[in-house]
Amino acid sequence: MAKRIIIDPVTRIEGHAKITIYFDDQDLVTDARFHVTEFRGFERFCEGRPFFEMAGLSARICGICPVSHLLASAKAGDRILAVAIPPAAVKLRRLMNLAQIIQSHALSFFHLSAPDLLLGWDADPARRNVFGLIEAHPELARGGIRLRQLGQEIIEALGGRKIHPAWAVPGGVRASLPVEARDRFLARLPEAHRVTRQAIDFFKGFLDAHAEETQVFGNFPSLFMGLVTKEGDWENYDGRLRFMDSAGQIVHEGDPTKFEKWIGETVEKDSYLKSPYYRPLGYPDGVYRVGPLARVNICRRMGVPQADQELAEFRQRVGGVANASFHFHHARLIEILACLEFLERLLPDPELQSDMLRADAGVNCLEGVGVSEAPRGTLFHHYHVDKHGLLQKVNLVIATGQNALAMNRTVAQIAKHYIKGPKIEEPILNRVEAGIRAFDPCLSCSTHAAGQMPLHIELRRVDGTLIDEVRRN
Amino acid sequence: MPVKTLTIDGQLITSPAEQTVLDAARLHGIKIPTLCHLDGVSEVGACRLCLVEIAGSNKLAPSCLTAVAEGMAVTTNSPRLQEYRKMIVELLFAERNHVCSVCVANAHCELQDLATAVGMDHVRFEYQFPKLPVDVSHDQFGIDHNRCVMCTRCVRVCDEVEGAHTWDVAGRGHNARVITDLNQPWGDADTCTSCGKCVQACPTGALFRQGATVAEMEKDKQKLAYLVESRARRASK
Repeated sequence: MAKRIIIDPVTRIEGHAKITIYFDDQDLVTDARFHVTEFRGFERFCEGRPFFEMAGLSARICGICPVSHLLASAKAGDRILAVAIPPAAVKLRRLMNLAQIIQSHALSFFHLSAPDLLLGWDADPARRNVFGLIEAHPELARGGIRLRQLGQEIIEALGGRKIHPAWAVPGGVRASLPVEARDRFLARLPEAHRVTRQAIDFFKGFLDAHAEETQVFGNFPSLFMGLVTKEGDWENYDGRLRFMDSAGQIVHEGDPTKFEKWIGETVEKDSYLKSPYYRPLGYPDGVYRVGPLARVNICRRMGVPQADQELAEFRQRVGGVANASFHFHHARLIEILACLEFLERLLPDPELQSDMLRADAGVNCLEGVGVSEAPRGTLFHHYHVDKHGLLQKVNLVIATGQNALAMNRTVAQIAKHYIKGPKIEEPILNRVEAGIRAFDPCLSCSTHAAGQMPLHIELRRVDGTLIDEVRRN
Repeated sequence: MPVKTLTIDGQLITSPAEQTVLDAARLHGIKIPTLCHLDGVSEVGACRLCLVEIAGSNKLAPSCLTAVAEGMAVTTNSPRLQEYRKMIVELLFAERNHVCSVCVANAHCELQDLATAVGMDHVRFEYQFPKLPVDVSHDQFGIDHNRCVMCTRCVRVCDEVEGAHTWDVAGRGHNARVITDLNQPWGDADTCTSCGKCVQACPTGALFRQGATVAEMEKDKQKLAYLVESRARRASK
């Protein structure tokens, strides 16, 4: 029986997806749709719970990025308490978020996507997985696993456990970083740098060989959204919310907690994924992308030397703003590098050992929005509470959801390019999957690491008649 | 001091006449699982986990309410008792919404420890999933009825140790709930002294300190017994 690994930041779904590809009478692809077919209902069943429980509760949404929910939730809680949290707590939260981005990106790149990139789109599906990668490129595979381990161990050192640490709380955090752990992590950094450098060089080496994929995998203009510092640099925890268009123009920048003014949400009849859009452009024209590609596109610079050098080279290569979703992979590697450099700066800070970590207060505000950058993109937690702090309404705007419209377009573009006639071969199926995988949603991750992916593709006439379907369970 | 001689699990013991079987067993290092029992307050025999077999009787007896007797032969751990205890714990889990992974008392919970002790690996009964409220109207504390097992330790400690009697029980059977004052929100209960003894007495995460998150509620029951003992000492002076 295939194991299903739930590794998604999306609130209401887990790893089952369905793609429908529509054909006209001439057997040409007219459209493709990406559906998420499972429902979870976190927003509903958290109603009535005390808001201070939400960080621990919502961390359970995802086994890969529990930290993202933990932080966004704790930040929403800070707002309800109406407190400025201790400076040490801010630094510690930032530390954990860096660790989280490193471990999640390492998983996406080394475990999930590298098999396609390094073993080939057409490689035998039985070998096209992390085990095949270990066989073909043992050093790189081991390095990737170690890199992920570093991120996970930092999370564990702070939160007591690698997965679902209930460590960030409204008002601050529960524990500081022990000196012994700090020293251990500082000692691990050179190795992590080496692995990341190796992966970046590897990736750049075969970018030219993948020119076709670069062009076809979700290459379209859209808005990009993410957090930036007030100077416009790369940010992952605080800062301002920036929307940029494909020409590199900033179309909006402001307070992320006012996101509702700029982001609308709609539901589509064939997916449980919510589809947010940029409100001024309306639905569906307001399609925007979030995540590593968006973050490296919108920022002025990364703010650390080596990553800045890589960013400059990346921009030169793509000619400014990168529009192809294939570049998510490259952006992810640049972000790992940046996170390692930021770790190097942050870890020696003596404030990480502070014991002033948690501001104490009651309910001082009936509404709170918490925003942070999850590995997959900007994450919003929006709560309304009663005067005692019981949740009346919960809205979670998740990265993968924000990429929903872009993922649809990506799938349609790949299908139109590769599918000739209503019959799909496995390598084509894999390319369609890889288009989704570039976004690193939970769905693509779910079981690809074990060599299987519960994907279901249907080919239909425009009138809806089923022509063919491929199922991989 | 009159004493009784009896056997517990084949062990011959002597015990003061006023002791319960539970006290006698504990005094001699024989463990009997309990949930509603709390050192320092009266017994109610509500949870039925401390049931024991007594030779000559077909009925099982709650050891916390059964006085020792001369020549009594008690069995505390037979396959039948093990099965019943496991069933009781399963029923507790099925009755309300106990989600350890996100509970404030995770890793410090008597119900969770009991589940481990009786070897509960799944629940054979249908979960009831009742829709129960959380009351955080009190300044410092909160009650989550989802996690309450109706042991009434809060009721007894509030009445017998603090002397406030803020807590009581309303409703019957499946609908029974602990309430504050005349079934008012806890924050409106005038009799509450905010001493927090009920929170310390609660075996699960049902009563908690506000702001506590997953696994943060460690309760110190020793304090309650200490209070009772020191008061008794003072009274006897």
